Amino acid sequence: MILYGLLILAYAFLYVPIVVMIVFSFNASRLVTVWGGFSTKWYGELLHDEKVLDAAWLSLKVAMTSATVSTVLGTLAAVVLVRFTRFFGRTLFTGMVTAPLVMPEVITGLALLLLFVAMEAVVGWPSGRSFTTIVIAHTTFSLSFVTVVVRSRLSQMDASLEEAAMDLGARPLKVFLAITLPLIAPALLAGWLLAFTLSIDDVVISAFVSGPGATPLPIVIFSKVRLGVSPEINALATLVVTVVAVAMAIAGRVALKREQPRPQ
Amino acid sequence: MASQTTAAPWNDPGAKPLIRFEGVSKRFGDFVAVDQVDLAIHKGEFFSLLGASGCGKTTLLRMLAGFETPTEGRIFIDGVDMSAVPPYERPVNMMFQSYALFPHMTVEANIAFGLKQDRLPQPVITDRTKAVLDLVQMGKFATRKPHQLSGGQRQRVALARALAKEPKVLLLDEPLGALDKKLREATQLELVNIQDRVGVTFVMVTHDQEEAMTMSSRIGVMNSGRIAQVGTPVDIYEYPESRFVADFIGAANMFEASVRQSGTDQVVVNCPELAHDLIIAHNDMLPEGTPVTVMVRPEKVAISRDKPAEGLNWAQGVVADIAYLGDVSIFHVRLESGHRIEALQTNLRHTDERKLTWEDPVYLSWHPANALVLTK
Amino acid sequence: MMDRLGTGRLGRFLVGLPPYAWLALFFLVPFLIVLKISLSEPSAGAPPYLPLWDWDETGALAFHLTLGNYATLFGDELYAFAYLNSIRIAGIATLGCLLIGYPAAYAIARAPTAWRQSLLLLVALPFWTSFLIRVYAWIGILKSEGMLNALLLWLGVISEPLQILQTDLAVIIGMTYSYLPFMVLPLYANLEKMDLTLLEAAADLGCRPFKAFVAVTLPLSMPGIVAGSLLVFIPAVGEFVIPDLLGGPDTLMIGKVLWAEFFDNRDWPVASAVAIAMLVLLVAPIMIIQNARTKAEEAGK
Repeated sequence: MILYGLLILAYAFLYVPIVVMIVFSFNASRLVTVWGGFSTKWYGELLHDEKVLDAAWLSLKVAMTSATVSTVLGTLAAVVLVRFTRFFGRTLFTGMVTAPLVMPEVITGLALLLLFVAMEAVVGWPSGRSFTTIVIAHTTFSLSFVTVVVRSRLSQMDASLEEAAMDLGARPLKVFLAITLPLIAPALLAGWLLAFTLSIDDVVISAFVSGPGATPLPIVIFSKVRLGVSPEINALATLVVTVVAVAMAIAGRVALKREQPRPQ
Repeated sequence: MASQTTAAPWNDPGAKPLIRFEGVSKRFGDFVAVDQVDLAIHKGEFFSLLGASGCGKTTLLRMLAGFETPTEGRIFIDGVDMSAVPPYERPVNMMFQSYALFPHMTVEANIAFGLKQDRLPQPVITDRTKAVLDLVQMGKFATRKPHQLSGGQRQRVALARALAKEPKVLLLDEPLGALDKKLREATQLELVNIQDRVGVTFVMVTHDQEEAMTMSSRIGVMNSGRIAQVGTPVDIYEYPESRFVADFIGAANMFEASVRQSGTDQVVVNCPELAHDLIIAHNDMLPEGTPVTVMVRPEKVAISRDKPAEGLNWAQGVVADIAYLGDVSIFHVRLESGHRIEALQTNLRHTDERKLTWEDPVYLSWHPANALVLTK
Repeated sequence: MMDRLGTGRLGRFLVGLPPYAWLALFFLVPFLIVLKISLSEPSAGAPPYLPLWDWDETGALAFHLTLGNYATLFGDELYAFAYLNSIRIAGIATLGCLLIGYPAAYAIARAPTAWRQSLLLLVALPFWTSFLIRVYAWIGILKSEGMLNALLLWLGVISEPLQILQTDLAVIIGMTYSYLPFMVLPLYANLEKMDLTLLEAAADLGCRPFKAFVAVTLPLSMPGIVAGSLLVFIPAVGEFVIPDLLGGPDTLMIGKVLWAEFFDNRDWPVASAVAIAMLVLLVAPIMIIQNARTKAEEAGK
């Protein structure tokens, strides 16, 4: 009983701030503690804020692109780590794949920015901070997370499935496409979603590698938030929470439906 | 069974074996999994590799399939050196211990998978898929997914999938290991029947000696990476060539002894555990004093209250333990020296008036032809 | 040579090259550049540092290597304080996550099977919403005229507003809140696997429930505790956003210091030196601990 009490407290801790934010997004008053009546005007203001809308669109594009690229690269890296036991520079490779997981974001951000600056000076590319630089930066750190997810799925997979396919005459590439890939697809999806979330949520690395021409949403929010509480942000937060909750509910339904038709 | 319907090409020195291992070794780092194996398997055989876990039998099978490369030696299938041939180009197919059915494909698609790799025309694929499914009586389940099948059904699909490509050799890795006892026994005979019908050479890995005895034309007994003995089930059981094989296959009573007198068809040995000398049929001359092991199977030992007839080997002791197994009883008889001998008696009658019980003094006896002298 | 998959050398090369090249170019090389700049002298121009080497008027190669930036780091107590304070704050936040997360994970692991997935999803859900927004939510709660103070005043617990925002406490609360799911998930995975007959055996041998928890459950959940703690501590210690938004001007954390050197002072060489120092004093030890832990886990299997 005490245990469940503690569990409820933990959920309260997790959800009260979010609920408060949602409630106050409908507050007519600008003050956080004073209820000035129900209003949706902050949503209206939000939807007319060009800067926010542009930033959201950029963030979405960056997140989709970097999630896709890092899923491809991360899957290849996972295959290398699980399947190729011995090759030149394996220790270095393992280190490079795992290091971003423990690297403070400020360091990754700084290092990438300095790289971009140096590259621009030497080869003239990338010119300035742009969509490209943000995508490269996000791909680099989310790649490792994808690798972790895919790697664990890959190493749990019954290795004799691949052997069976090869035994039946399929060449390695065919084995990968016809057997391995469909079987690790859930991990790829999970990895993609994780990479997407990491990208769309990232403040610190983006702060280093974005520029005046390309400002992702978290940077816009961050600069607004630094100036103090704003009901517009509450409205934005509510929208984000709603989208995520709906997406999770749908994903949950799909997962349930998939599992159900399983006699015995 | 297979051993009856097949001739014995392994006794014909002119016969060309289908599979040949020549000095094959496999090392994983410092560990020697397979050690200098020479082996010939003939067309149409049902050959079993039998041994405890870690004896190298699975590694040997995997080298045949092409999943492992021998560290030394060569493997030939139908006269072709397999060294440079990748698994997907070898004329062998494997039935995996875990069955390895592709979980995302239907039964049909699983079976068609191998045929599609050969780019066969669709009608051929359809026909062949249907034919092998009927062969294993799984025609009704063609559109199911593997997780909708029982263990026995999966086993059949795995067999059908491996047979669909009509390989020269079918490899079976513990094919019945995941089935329960009843189903396993039924499936053993069925596998042999299927093999008879399709005429494919089967090479099976198993740790279950009963399974190997029931199904095989010949058995290769393996021990720490080496082949300890190759022979028909009868050879292996009745004429083991070493203590290891005698001990590994079935139950055996063994005594240490030394040769006292050696003749053309029998030897007389002195055995410290027994009160008197033993006479055992043996064809080779052995120098006097050679240390040997005498082996006699429990079912070849008769147990009685009365002194056995002249000409038999015998020993005297008391009943120390009785294991009643229903069909048979195993008597553990303690000799004066403290050595124990097992004797197996079939329970022919419901009740036995002269039933033996604990601490009864008894005689044990066996015919000289029913014991063996082992020198290895 | 063929490996288990039967792919030849060329196939393996083609599979390995893209991630290898990507990481080498965008992860390894940048650190070499950081190292290089940390040894350069600052300048007022753009870029705000001098080249490490150039050709002087006579055409000879001249190096301008300086350890001055590192001297600054070790000469000014501010940096050492920020480093230790980061470890302290991240440590307390980790403890906070453990105190809240352990009972929660335990309760979920012992809840009816049908509920577990949903309960777990509820823990993970906040992770998928914006981190920044969740930190921001606490500003409204913690500030002097915020929700918490209003509530406490109304309850009569305090007579005037507490200053919580812009203190270390606010940073600790924010971190505990943000990283709680990272603690609960590995703990749950560990506790859920536990063989409940062990507790029955302990009870059978005369152990009371609490004693059984301390003697059996707790030691067996140690791997989960370690895994969760690392997952919380590692991102917390280099954190920038939380101390920046919830902490005050004297809440010094190393991530914030690097940020300030780079963006506010435009001192790239010192920022680089801070990064290198963090790598050596923070990231390297963490990687060593992580490696030892994975090795120990693999050996234990």
